[in-house]
Amino acid sequence: MDEKKKLEESQAARRSFLGYLGVALAGGAATVAAGVLPKETQAAADAAPAPAIPNYDWSKHQWAFGVDATKCIGCLRCVEACKTENEVAGDAHHFRTWVERYVYLDGERSARVDSQADPVNIEASASEGKYRFANRYKEAKVDKAFFVPKLCNQCTHPPCVQVCPVGATFKTADGVVVIDHTYCIGCQYCVQACPYGARFFNEELSVTDKCTWCYHRITKGLLPACVEVCPVGARIFGDRNDKQSPISEFIRNNRVNVLRPDTGNAPNVFYVGIDKEVR
Amino acid sequence: MDPLFVAAPFTGYVYPNETVFPWGLMIVIYPYLTGLVAGAFTVSSLYQVFGLQRLRPVAHFALLTSLCCMIFVPVPLLLHLGHPERALNAVFTPHWSSAMAMFGFFAGFYVILLIIETWFVFRPYMVQQAQRRKDLLGRLYHVMCLGSYDLSEEAMRHDRKWIFALAILGIPGAHGLHGYVGFLFGSLKSREWWSSDMMPVIFLFSAIISGVALLIVLYVVSCKLRRVPIDAACVKVLGYTLWGFMMFALLLELVEFGSLVYKGREGIDMIMQFISTRLLVPFFILQIGIGAATPILILSFLFWRGTTGRALVAGIMLSAVLELFSVLMMRFNVVIGGQEIAKTGTGLLTFPWEIFGREGLLASGAVLIAPFLLLLVTVRILPPWHDSPAGASH
Repeated sequence: MDEKKKLEESQAARRSFLGYLGVALAGGAATVAAGVLPKETQAAADAAPAPAIPNYDWSKHQWAFGVDATKCIGCLRCVEACKTENEVAGDAHHFRTWVERYVYLDGERSARVDSQADPVNIEASASEGKYRFANRYKEAKVDKAFFVPKLCNQCTHPPCVQVCPVGATFKTADGVVVIDHTYCIGCQYCVQACPYGARFFNEELSVTDKCTWCYHRITKGLLPACVEVCPVGARIFGDRNDKQSPISEFIRNNRVNVLRPDTGNAPNVFYVGIDKEVR
Repeated sequence: MDPLFVAAPFTGYVYPNETVFPWGLMIVIYPYLTGLVAGAFTVSSLYQVFGLQRLRPVAHFALLTSLCCMIFVPVPLLLHLGHPERALNAVFTPHWSSAMAMFGFFAGFYVILLIIETWFVFRPYMVQQAQRRKDLLGRLYHVMCLGSYDLSEEAMRHDRKWIFALAILGIPGAHGLHGYVGFLFGSLKSREWWSSDMMPVIFLFSAIISGVALLIVLYVVSCKLRRVPIDAACVKVLGYTLWGFMMFALLLELVEFGSLVYKGREGIDMIMQFISTRLLVPFFILQIGIGAATPILILSFLFWRGTTGRALVAGIMLSAVLELFSVLMMRFNVVIGGQEIAKTGTGLLTFPWEIFGREGLLASGAVLIAPFLLLLVTVRILPPWHDSPAGASH
């Protein structure tokens, strides 16, 4: 009887030792994986602790953005609102959001692309701080044309976050990639790593800058400035955790695309009505 | 007041934010300097570890060259950073998934190794000088000896063991440092021009040839300045080393280029347009033609003909100068060229040259020259020469 008890004890001890070993190995593996792989687990780990925002729990939301390119009229109010809201430099080289115009002229196989930052368009508005698309194809026969609003894709596996040497840029628990301007060293490696050209250098602050889906607004229950001002509802924003939110319905009711899915970045801006040439 | 940024002109469609180049000339100088560090260390290791006795005249000089270049490696990075005062954040609070965060550790490890190896190599000289000189410099040597004055046979044997071990450890150290620089570019999937698994290897080989070429140039110049005869046998071995590595480096580069074109992934049309217009002169003519193919032909001719004496030294020297230029052009074509191809795959940007300013041509030139001014001072304090009585006899 005693022997049986001893055996049980020794087996229990061995099990608990193996258990500890397992935990230790798993912990070690997780540390390595968290360090190397740009996974959500790492984003969540990086995100802790939660910021002290009154009446806001970032673990309860999963923000996402939709763009219905079939609705966009290229009025560029979104660009203007974003620049004002986020105090982005008023020139033609720094944008948290921008709009691209794709025009297929009759007989041409590929699109002619420009944005509000194109010199011809700037000339038409007579200022880098005012935005409009010049009617440059007035004389030509246009076969097909559409606008595509662009902004940070707040990727699930953001390459910009992966490369930041100090972790100044990170993914929040609610799905937004933000930058700590007090910690960024200004190396611009993240600017290089973003395949969408969504990041830029803020020369005033000597740090990198980008779209945050107006994080200061969405955490107060407001919409991002660009969504707020869009007169045609081409920009859709909401919480994917809420099945009835505009973004959940947008994704449910449409066949949506993301930009450059081949990169593995898994963007969280979902597009409807974009053509094969849109990158 | 200086403008905060210089916008780049472009053709086709580029993302609006791309019109300000994130990385400028300082990031061209940075991999060039780390390459020289790794290359010069290779020369030193060929003697210390692999026993190439012919390289004795330059072995210790190579170590000092590597050290002087390494000291200046962080300078272009600091000049580039928006907040250089926060640079050490990358070491104190590194983000482990970042290739760049590892730089501080690689560099720190290698600098310490280099300083210790240099100390062991020059210890006998420092001890002799500390005991002989009574002036201020003598005091400096006393301090540098760190209280270690034993030059007995046993102590020297102990030193030699350390030098050998450090030289071995330095091989992965120096080459890891530079291979990592290649990885920094090659690991980015956002730019087709950079995104290649071969990038670290190409960087490594170009580093070795740049370091060997630098040693050839510096050695010949130093002999002229010191008015001592050039050891042609040593230059010949360096020439052979350069020749071999160069052929391999050029081949690697062409294979990489060929594979990029052959795969013909998205954006290749723009890349082809880029290389056939804008890159024609800096890449095909300057880097490949004049910088790489010409010295290979010169060296092949010299070795085939069995040239000796002054003609051999002159030929190798010319090849080394061309090769140094080629590697600098390679760094330029990678760093700047990569950013000239827009991420949209439908546009090209033109790098806006700046003369003045923190990352301008003048500042970059100064950072590039600075290590050699330091070397000029260092060889006076720690003479690495084997051919003069004042030199180290180890």
